Amino acid sequence: MSLRNTVRAFPSLLRVGFSEALAYRAELLVWVLSTTMPFIMMALWTAVARDEPIGPYNAEGFVGYFLATFVVRQLTGAWAAWQINYEVRQGTLAMRLLRPISPLWAYAAENLGAVPMRVMVAVPVAIFSVLVVGEQAVPREWWGWPLLLVTLLGGWLITFLANVCIGTMALFMESSNHVMDVWLVLFFILSGYMFPVSLGPPWLSALVDWLPFRYQIGLPVEVMTGRHELPETLLLLARQWIWVLVLGTLAVTLWRRGLRRFAAYGG
Amino acid sequence: MISVRGLRKHYKVHKRPPGLKAAFRSLFHREYTTVKAVDGISFEIRAGERVGFLGPNGAGKTTTLKVLSGLLHPSEGEVRVDGHVPRHREEAFLKKIMLVMGQKQQLLWDLPPAETFELNRAIYDVPQAQFKQTVDELVALLELEELIQKPSRQLSLGERMKCELAAALIHRPRVLFLDEPTIGLDVSMQVTMRSFIKAYTERHGATLILTSHYMDDVAALCPRIVVIDKGALSYDGGLDALVQRVRPEKRVMFRLEQPVEAARLTSLGRVVSHEPGSAVLQVPPEAVSATISRALSSLPVTDLTVENAPLEEVMSELFAENKARRASVAGEVGS
Repeated sequence: MSLRNTVRAFPSLLRVGFSEALAYRAELLVWVLSTTMPFIMMALWTAVARDEPIGPYNAEGFVGYFLATFVVRQLTGAWAAWQINYEVRQGTLAMRLLRPISPLWAYAAENLGAVPMRVMVAVPVAIFSVLVVGEQAVPREWWGWPLLLVTLLGGWLITFLANVCIGTMALFMESSNHVMDVWLVLFFILSGYMFPVSLGPPWLSALVDWLPFRYQIGLPVEVMTGRHELPETLLLLARQWIWVLVLGTLAVTLWRRGLRRFAAYGG
Repeated sequence: MISVRGLRKHYKVHKRPPGLKAAFRSLFHREYTTVKAVDGISFEIRAGERVGFLGPNGAGKTTTLKVLSGLLHPSEGEVRVDGHVPRHREEAFLKKIMLVMGQKQQLLWDLPPAETFELNRAIYDVPQAQFKQTVDELVALLELEELIQKPSRQLSLGERMKCELAAALIHRPRVLFLDEPTIGLDVSMQVTMRSFIKAYTERHGATLILTSHYMDDVAALCPRIVVIDKGALSYDGGLDALVQRVRPEKRVMFRLEQPVEAARLTSLGRVVSHEPGSAVLQVPPEAVSATISRALSSLPVTDLTVENAPLEEVMSELFAENKARRASVAGEVGS
């Protein structure tokens, strides 16, 4: 499919994604409620850190960290794995394949289309965070703001592309939902969603640096709460975008090979 | 326009008997069987032709349509549609074709059909003026005015199918693959859809391949039919020629002023049905005139019509013939 055609059609796909998100507003609310784990973690870790800091985090630091975690999760969420798995099994992927635009762009637009609704949830939490913990809640250096946007985009891309890779596995196996379950377990433990990755033992922190999960949540949260100096931020950003490239290549390769096996069942 | 040479599509399917024991066994040892969905068919279709694909369930009709529309990669054979190899799914190819499947939908479920029309306009890069003209035409012909602003999920099946067809035609495809487009629709809706499809193909010179279990669809739309059975092509030609070959006998239908005894009918031909006010006889084509003259002189006839046997019966007889031939070939090979 030509890039020109894709670029021209993408705004319409985004508009449809946004309209669908509005239609599914009750579902979105339930999803937001299901992502409140950072608030529970916040209560736990602030209680633990009440008397003395744990690593670089005092109680206030944990509040800022987990409120930022909630915000980042809202802005980097994707659900393409379940969507692709369902459409492959039902054969409804066929209808997307008939259109002169790659279904991957359509999935991306539908997932991104929900972002404005999620921003409406995330912004009040971010404002609340600034009111509670002050400057620790947002980047303190000017360069932190543009880099935050870049890490958020990178985080969303890693989440989306991992979703595409896993969803596409349904073209090779009967269902890929269980693979997604395994991915989510690793994501919860290793992304910084339940605790800052720097609090783990050194071997775990070293491992996490080389896995994609930290770059989905941990890195944007650390940049948002100003946890790194510029050189370290740039190094982590480079690793994040290497993961974007790796997962992007893997997603496109799996997709192309998988389509040869698509049986378009039903109908 | 469409050229198919030696097309085969074989699937490897996991075979497992029912029951828990078989389920456990399949964890360690899986048996696979090869299903020959399409097994070496060839045909050519000229631009602007309307062709009906007929065959029993599982014959390979839909698989063939999916290969022609680029959804499935053929196992063997050469397929070309207007110069394109469908499995490459080139943009220019996808802009020329559309596949409508009665069971699958492209309408956005929670949004009104108008949103799908607009999305298709953007995706297919349809100029605004042409889009407006096409939508106006489709809305008028299919009577969609009241429907296109309601969420698709709130439409009835028939209403949805009309909108589905309209969405599929926004980019004015030159090749239409319609797979059971009238499935589940009531009789009047079927008639509307048929006349619309015919008008569209005539107005735009579009090529049509249609599969349907409703023989009326095929009879109304397709001068040529291709019969596929067990993945193989068993007939390719005109509808009338098929009827002449399989069931040449004519049906003579009489409306009677008063009831007649059965014996008076059996002397005229084979009695297909006999009611107090009507009777249907099946007679060889060469005997039609003689039978009518004898009936008019011996029965209280108020009206009569002569027709071919219903297409359903013709097809059923053809499939039975094919089945018997396969059984006999298998028997010869076995012995």
